[in-house]
Amino acid sequence: MLLIDCPFCGKRPELEFRYAGEAHIARPADPSGLGDEAWGRFLYGRGNPRGMHAERWRHLNGCGRFFNALRDTTDDRFAATYKIGEERPMVAEPQGARKA
Amino acid sequence: MQKFSALALLRHAFGGHEGWRPQWRSPEPKGTYDVVIVGGGGHGLATAYYLAKEFGISNVAVLEKGWIGGGNTGRNTTIIRSNYLFDESVALYDHAVKLWEALSQALNYNVMFSQRGVIMLAHNVHDQQSLKRHIHANRLNGVDNEWLTASDAKAFCPPLNIENSMRYPVIGAALQRRGGVARHDAVAWGYARAADALGVDIVENCAVTAIRRGVNGALEGIETTRGTIETRKVGVVTAGNTSTVMAMADLRMPLESYPLQALVSEPVKPIFPCVVMSNTIHAYISQSDKGELVIGAGTDAYVSYTQRGGLHVPMHTLEAICELFPIFRRLRMLRNWGGIVDVTPDRSPIIGKTPVPGLYVNCGWGTGGFKATPGSGHLFAWTLAKDEPHPINAPFRLDRFRDGYLIDEAAAAAVAH
Ligand SMILES: Cc1cc2nc3c(=O)[nH]c(=O)nc-3n(C[C@H](O)[C@H](O)[C@H](O)COP(=O)(O)OP(=O)(O)OC[C@H]3O[C@@H](n4cnc5c(N)ncnc54)[C@H](O)[C@@H]3O)c2cc1C
Ligand SMILES: [Zn+2]
Repeated sequence: MLLIDCPFCGKRPELEFRYAGEAHIARPADPSGLGDEAWGRFLYGRGNPRGMHAERWRHLNGCGRFFNALRDTTDDRFAATYKIGEERPMVAEPQGARKA
Repeated sequence: MQKFSALALLRHAFGGHEGWRPQWRSPEPKGTYDVVIVGGGGHGLATAYYLAKEFGISNVAVLEKGWIGGGNTGRNTTIIRSNYLFDESVALYDHAVKLWEALSQALNYNVMFSQRGVIMLAHNVHDQQSLKRHIHANRLNGVDNEWLTASDAKAFCPPLNIENSMRYPVIGAALQRRGGVARHDAVAWGYARAADALGVDIVENCAVTAIRRGVNGALEGIETTRGTIETRKVGVVTAGNTSTVMAMADLRMPLESYPLQALVSEPVKPIFPCVVMSNTIHAYISQSDKGELVIGAGTDAYVSYTQRGGLHVPMHTLEAICELFPIFRRLRMLRNWGGIVDVTPDRSPIIGKTPVPGLYVNCGWGTGGFKATPGSGHLFAWTLAKDEPHPINAPFRLDRFRDGYLIDEAAAAAVAH
């Protein structure tokens, strides 16, 4: 089970949280001006990287708040957690990342 | 190809069983192929087999970064059924069930396909309505699926607990009698052996590292850990690693890769006659011919490539198993593992062309693609050979996510396997 560092409450077990998908996918500024291709990409396209992944979590059974995290999908270790609205922190890409 | 038969067994017995040869060659990759299949799981190997067998294209390589069948093919709980909700899905999965029925003969390899029946339990009114809707939809499509009362279900599967004292009592079940299980490794090996005999090169320990494209954007070849290969057609069949491979051609896929776990118990004498699934309390169970109970758990919550996952996920499943089958409470679990499954937004696969000319993809089978192995291989081979989809896989195109033609088995509550 993952130990997740909520930026508001500190380290808590994974069971208190709900995973909420890839982070930093911005809603289109002008939805009615968007073509099918771009809508499809926004709704369904995902980076799904083998390596550092920016993702949203919600501390559902705690403070209830959403936040972002960087986690290496090759070993599930968190590199950082940070509040919504904050910039994605700079962290080194893990060794061997993105290799198939 | 050395033919397997009772006579061959007898003949080799006289030689002390020393005369058996390896079942497929281990060739060096050539510099060019007509078609390259990336990924030596069941789907990739089946694709190569049907390319050679049905479409006469045998200058084909299957490139596998590890060993064949070492991905989800060798990690799954082998449940086979075709009682999905939508017409498109039923056509797809039942195409596979029909091929399963003749597969051991076709490959001269015993894949141990056993149509012992799959029952899916209902624990509440919603389950009952949903399962009955599936039953009616299936019957309209000519696919068998029938309703069982709780006591019918117990008669079909005696270890099942149908007491009312359970937290989520069993109120009925859907049964597909043509469903069942097969031996996963044998499926990979059987296809590998038969494809090899038709001239296909199966190259293990060979990872694809880059996709080369010409000035017009069309595919020209690939880079691998064992050298460059020129080819005009590549079929990517890499399950959980599909996003990474497709990123080599700058494509962003509608896929997320999650760990899915399974476990087996210590072996016991034959006690479990069928397959039982419960989507609501999340447990899947059958018994292998070795005697182990094969138990499927759920996916972990987050994307990952680790091929493991949290222990709380299988624990949750074991709680459900102990409630449904109190007789197994004191059994010990022997092994637990994970595979990385490629999940699409509508939980239906993608089989077809991509925006890159010459690049084809077969992915998104997620938690439930083993059952489709023969059909998937056959339809993908058709698509590669004719450069257009077979009518059965036409709806499962990649650009349905642009056009909004989802095949939403996720919403239809057929959640897994
Ligand atoms: C625990 C678990 C239980 C499951 N239970 C069921 C079930 O009961 N019923 C069911 O129908 N389905 C089930 N599934 C799903 C099923 O296993 C898969 O959908 C199916 O096996 C996928 O087959 P495949 O050949 O596409 O993938 P795989 O067998 O995973 O093959 C893909 C191959 O591609 C290779 N590869 C990846 N990247 C590269 C590269 N860059 N270069 C070369 N090769 C590469 C991998 O090494 C791998 O061998 C389960 C899956 C899991 C993990
Ligand atoms: Zn919190």
